[in-house]
Amino acid sequence: MPLLKVEGLKKVFGKTVALRGVSFCLKRGEILGVLGPNGAGKTTLIHCILGLIEPTEGRIEVFGKELRCHRTEILQRVNFASSYISLPYSLTVRENLMVYAHLYEVDSPQRRVEEVMQMFDLLSLRDIPARRLSTGQMMRLVLAKAMINHPELLLLDEPTAGLDPEIAAKTRRLLCRLRNDSGISVLYTSHNLKEMEEVSDRVLFLHEGRVLAEGPSEELLRTHGVESLEELFFKVLGR
Amino acid sequence: MSGRRIWAVFLRQLYLYRRSFPRALEVFYWPTLDILLWGFVTLYLQKSTTGLPKFVAFFLGALILWDILFRAQQGITVSFLEDMWARNLVNIFVSPLRISEYLSGLIMVSLLKVIISFVVMSALAGMFYSFSIFRLGMALLPLVVNLVVMGWAVGIVTMGLILRFGQEAEVLAWAVAFLFMPVSAVFYPVEVLPPMLKKVAFFVPSSHVFEGMRALIEGKGFPLLELVKAFGLNTVYLVLSVVIFILIYRDALKRGVLPKIGE
Repeated sequence: MPLLKVEGLKKVFGKTVALRGVSFCLKRGEILGVLGPNGAGKTTLIHCILGLIEPTEGRIEVFGKELRCHRTEILQRVNFASSYISLPYSLTVRENLMVYAHLYEVDSPQRRVEEVMQMFDLLSLRDIPARRLSTGQMMRLVLAKAMINHPELLLLDEPTAGLDPEIAAKTRRLLCRLRNDSGISVLYTSHNLKEMEEVSDRVLFLHEGRVLAEGPSEELLRTHGVESLEELFFKVLGR
Repeated sequence: MSGRRIWAVFLRQLYLYRRSFPRALEVFYWPTLDILLWGFVTLYLQKSTTGLPKFVAFFLGALILWDILFRAQQGITVSFLEDMWARNLVNIFVSPLRISEYLSGLIMVSLLKVIISFVVMSALAGMFYSFSIFRLGMALLPLVVNLVVMGWAVGIVTMGLILRFGQEAEVLAWAVAFLFMPVSAVFYPVEVLPPMLKKVAFFVPSSHVFEGMRALIEGKGFPLLELVKAFGLNTVYLVLSVVIFILIYRDALKRGVLPKIGE
């Protein structure tokens, strides 16, 4: 049984069709990269899976349960990070994480907060208010928040945007390690195609709300006769 | 409902007020300023007016009770705005938190603000004007409860309006409660209102609370009828406010505006 199953997902905003019948599955322990140009529907797709946007049509099943009917139960085991959101600026790193540890009803919240701070090199910043963090440090805090509840499904919207190359590489390594160690499934979007190639087990190519291509990176490259996802990106878009 | 998730919503605001001196100051600043300014105006007017007995009690009692309603509303709406300003609403709405838990957490914040404001204003009124709000006796409790509940109802609807109309509507957080002030008959009896506004005042719970307060001060006994009317109206309005908020929230999910709110 897939961990995440999306069937015929359609979302219409007024006259704009953001998603046109998107279907795909995500297996346990798999990293699925969603790529596409701006306005392809990547973020709308993630927001639908998180229950932030109600789809016009279609069905989303997470852990074998329909999202619409089991929202709270599902979101307890899911988390999200994006470079487009932040955490309360007046709270310190530790306070922010404590709030979310309680929100996700994490066992031994203080211990878990220490663990995720260590995971993302935030221990030395623990008592610093979030407003004094750099963009990269804030992103690490957002990622630490996303790991607070030991999520089984992690949704990441451009998680490495704004991170320096070293931290971005560390984040990618961490994602792979988490997948190998705890079997976490990850769905993430990025404009960094090299990163996508390096991390993803499978790639979903979205354009104007449709899935144009889907499969493991190597297979897609072979099928389309290209050497990199960047080449594939332009070829699929016909540019 | 999960007690820990409700606690998380409360804790987030508690940390905020502990960390932010201007915000912590604001909790004390307005009640102090209100009671000092209007208290001295009252003293001055009392000296110049001979025809109105118990002038200080009417005025200061009304001022303290009105502040309870206002703080109760602010405790809900401003806490929501804090999450909007911090671009934290997405984190909240993608967590397992239920709407009922979020509202319960904000209600706890509101209660804390009301208690602080009430303690500050009562202490200052006693210190500067020898006025004790506790002279209202046991009836003070149902009067306060009614004002707090009305404040929550107004706060929840205001929060819904901000969710519906976005950041441009945030001015409502400070304005909506005052919309009810003229028909609440805070500083004057309902009988001075024109006939049409009298009818409107009947449907405003706070007008019954202030009528009840004046009856108590004048020694007319426990204002049971006024309190029953206020309780009845408040029950209806609180339920309605939650329904309105849920409808607006569901509409926001359909329109996909939640991720963009605050931008």
